[in-house]
Amino acid sequence: MTPAAAPDKRKKLVIICYSGELEKTWATMILASTAGAMDMETTVFVTFWGLQIFVKDKKRITGENWMQKMMSFMQRPGASHRKLSKMNFMGMGPWMMFKLAKKYNVAKPKELLEMAQAVGVTFLPCQMTMDMFGIKREDLVDGMGEPVGAATALQLMTEADSTLFI
Amino acid sequence: MASLDIKLKVDASGLSCPLPILRATQGIKTLQSGELIEVVATDPGSVKDFDAWSKSTGNAMVEQDAADGKFRFVLRRK
Repeated sequence: MTPAAAPDKRKKLVIICYSGELEKTWATMILASTAGAMDMETTVFVTFWGLQIFVKDKKRITGENWMQKMMSFMQRPGASHRKLSKMNFMGMGPWMMFKLAKKYNVAKPKELLEMAQAVGVTFLPCQMTMDMFGIKREDLVDGMGEPVGAATALQLMTEADSTLFI
Repeated sequence: MASLDIKLKVDASGLSCPLPILRATQGIKTLQSGELIEVVATDPGSVKDFDAWSKSTGNAMVEQDAADGKFRFVLRRK
């Protein structure tokens, strides 16, 4: 946690990171990192397809049983392996997006995630999603918070100044 | 123009949103309260963004100008 000069005066933002597509991942990471930079108390609840973003890039297969393994195989996990919801064209779309991002000095989701963590953004994985997909704590990127459930997410949302579902 | 005692200069030229803000944040965290940071950006959106960042964080905008497509901001760490 970052030391706050004036506690309770910080604005609170909660993002529910539900989707795992490249463009939505980008939106989540841009807003989370910027909110942290703006000294907002920022919490991102990571659930369903969103959790796939937070699996370590080099982790190829997650899960314990064949169905969980198959699910991870069919949608390669990791922040650097997201697909576009449209114009994916077998990876051609994301490849071009990253080319353009490089050309115009746009930070990639993976870099924004690291910057968000550096400015104190809290990422909370959804316990139920972890169980259902067989994703373990050690499969996830370092620095994530304790796994929580819907009740925690809702409580955070009701106390927040702003909430987003992405 | 009175010369300001700028402690840290951050060149965010060429960087797209939200990188100028993130670079400024990384920079200002290394300063003590009251010290000045200068950020130069070329992203036209940064004019409004740095204003919003200043209001949100309480790091006061001390000086701001634009010339030759470069936007310069001087902020004082809260």
